[in-house]
Amino acid sequence: MVTRTAVAALATCAALLAATGCSSNFDDSKEPAQDKAAKQNLTVLIATSGDAETGAVKAAAAAYAKKSGNTVTVEVAKDMNQQLAQAFAGHKPPDVFYVNSDQFANYAKGGSLYPYGDQISDADDFSQQLRSSFSYDGKLVCLPKDTSTLGLAINTDLWAKAGLTEKDYPKTWEDLRTVAGKLTRDGVTGLVTSDEYQRLGVFMKQAGGWVTDADQKTMTADSPENAEGLSFVQSLLKSGSMKFAKNVDTSWGGEALGKGKAAMTIEGNWLDGGMKLDYPDVKYAVAPLPAGPAGQGTLAFSNCWGVAADSAHREASVDLVKTLTSADQQLAFADAFGVMPSRTSALATYAQQFPAAKAWVDGSAYAQGPVTIAGFDKVLSQFNTELQSLRTADPKKILADLQRNGEQAIAKGN
Amino acid sequence: MSLRTMRAPRARRTPRATGRPGAPDSASGGPGTPATARATRAGRRGEGAWGWLFVSPMVLVLGLFLVLPILMALWVSLLRWNGQSNPFSGQADFVGLDNYRALLTEDGLDRTLFATALRNNAYYVLLTVPLQTVLALGLALVVNQKVLRGRGALRTAFFFPSVTSSIAVSTVFLFLFQGSGAVNSLLSWIGVKGPNWFADPRGVLSLILGGLGIVDPEHPSGVLADHSFMGLPWFEWLSGPSVAMCTIILLSVWTTSGTFMLIFLAALQDIPRELEEAAALEGADRRQLLRYVTLPALRPVLFLVLTLGLISTWQVFDQVYVMGQGAPGNTTLTPAFLSYSAGFDNADFGQGAAIAFILLALILCLTAFQRWALRERGARTRRNR
Repeated sequence: MVTRTAVAALATCAALLAATGCSSNFDDSKEPAQDKAAKQNLTVLIATSGDAETGAVKAAAAAYAKKSGNTVTVEVAKDMNQQLAQAFAGHKPPDVFYVNSDQFANYAKGGSLYPYGDQISDADDFSQQLRSSFSYDGKLVCLPKDTSTLGLAINTDLWAKAGLTEKDYPKTWEDLRTVAGKLTRDGVTGLVTSDEYQRLGVFMKQAGGWVTDADQKTMTADSPENAEGLSFVQSLLKSGSMKFAKNVDTSWGGEALGKGKAAMTIEGNWLDGGMKLDYPDVKYAVAPLPAGPAGQGTLAFSNCWGVAADSAHREASVDLVKTLTSADQQLAFADAFGVMPSRTSALATYAQQFPAAKAWVDGSAYAQGPVTIAGFDKVLSQFNTELQSLRTADPKKILADLQRNGEQAIAKGN
Repeated sequence: MSLRTMRAPRARRTPRATGRPGAPDSASGGPGTPATARATRAGRRGEGAWGWLFVSPMVLVLGLFLVLPILMALWVSLLRWNGQSNPFSGQADFVGLDNYRALLTEDGLDRTLFATALRNNAYYVLLTVPLQTVLALGLALVVNQKVLRGRGALRTAFFFPSVTSSIAVSTVFLFLFQGSGAVNSLLSWIGVKGPNWFADPRGVLSLILGGLGIVDPEHPSGVLADHSFMGLPWFEWLSGPSVAMCTIILLSVWTTSGTFMLIFLAALQDIPRELEEAAALEGADRRQLLRYVTLPALRPVLFLVLTLGLISTWQVFDQVYVMGQGAPGNTTLTPAFLSYSAGFDNADFGQGAAIAFILLALILCLTAFQRWALRERGARTRRNR
């Protein structure tokens, strides 16, 4: 019996080894062989916001294909993180893909992104904050696809009903407190926004704080400035003139604004498309966010165009990205699905074309880029979880937790 | 169609002659005489080879798609692997039990999240398993009544939730339990203001304790707040499932009880009529019949249902993925979802695998405990099931 077990165990081990050895996808080669053919087949994977974006990217890819003679296939991801993770593990990633700022550092650290920043001669045209967000080890890894900043969106009808005029657009925190109080009545809440640092972080920034220092090496979460920002939010929440979107039965600020449950919300330029689609009759205006003790502050968001390190078509891929991030193309994307160009030069043209978006455009001058540190996804989602109870919790405790969790993640990453 | 298929088993049922319910079949393959024994052994060896040959496709499939991946995952759980290299080539750091340590002993975010997930899932199991078992048994007893009219229709109706996709059911529940959804509208008719179900992170137990004035849920103090286990204060451990988690519990009880009802029903129909008749002759009333005849006869099936329930509830994932992904306040976070998110959102596949193996160990321990608790006791010792 013992020998039979031993034989079975041996056979199993041999089979396992054979199966592991045979799995070709685990074959590692440091530098993938580059395809030298005149015509190359590129695949692009995008996580789309809707048909408008898919159509615009496909059109741009088709135009590039026609000009260059390469073929480009654009695929839409259902679950970007999962699909990319599997593709990287299998060493068969798409050539060009969107990289979410949450995941950027994980991919860059794992060596899955081909850093092509040094091949872009006019990289300085992209805004400084976004370039630093998409740099790893001091090297620009990928180009920001577009940008979005946050502004204060105001339902103008509700605004007028409360007896307020354009002159009353809040300039300071105290202004905001006053108008939010005046606007709150009959099922309308003065200010409604999502319960996440991607919105509430503006108050930390306006108070002069932020989650990390400028080069994302050390945590600065437990600073008095951050506590001041969150305490201000807490005071608004306690007074009832500010609520989180979920508490008024909406999934985000734009929905609250469109349904007339909120007189003001803090949202980015994607609001435009959402309102046009769902609430075309609701009139609203966008003002710059009020300034805090440390002046104006807002947050910038972006994805970048990643090129796979495992791609056999690196040169063509970078070429494609250059086309996709050209000023003309960025303006075309802006027109199609309401994002702002990430090139400063194109941003000026955009501001002329869309005067209503002025507050968002101006915001990019003083915006804070996203946090991109490896392993930070869970740290920031834990921060968001704790922010959900900001009305009753202690802001200092929330920030202390963030500081501790962030420091641990940074220590683990190095 | 379903009416007919549901009724079929009863029609085909033939009365059994004798035999205690659940009694083992007569022993097979008794020892032969010494003369035939040698021949049998030789024949058996040949049979063994043929046997292996016949099962080899299945062994290969299971080995390749089940055993091999499990062993690979076990190896991955000992690495710090970001999913972007070959875990078997030495590119990923071997960290030994570090992933397990981060989850179980080291103070930090990982342990807090894991403890929270365990807490949530424990309450989920504690509520879901008994509720769904009792409900399924009750439904089975009801639709097993011979005098009941429209039994087929009822059976179909009760079984229906089980054949519906859990993703679809979850989505429907999301709409039903919105703050201004159908459930709250119904509640408002009887003057109850329902909570904002999926946005409510407050624990039900802490709400009750708060209502009784024992603890202040928003500012816990005293012993419960000062002590903690695995990075989570006692108060958090004891706060019970959140309102959002209760909704998920309701959903899973509703969807799974139909399946288990079917299992109970099959077992009920296997109880020989003679037993019930004999009990009735002895003067047992309906309650005694249930207590002393039906339930003991159902014991093996009860074990099956509890075990299946326990395993599937500890692995709950799809409802969580659709309904909350941990929100609100991490109160719908479960180990299975945490494992997924550690891998795919945080590029820490080692930790994801470690979570999965701790969960496996937990399920094995609990099943063993359950087997022990449900074992046959008393003088009537029988061979183990």
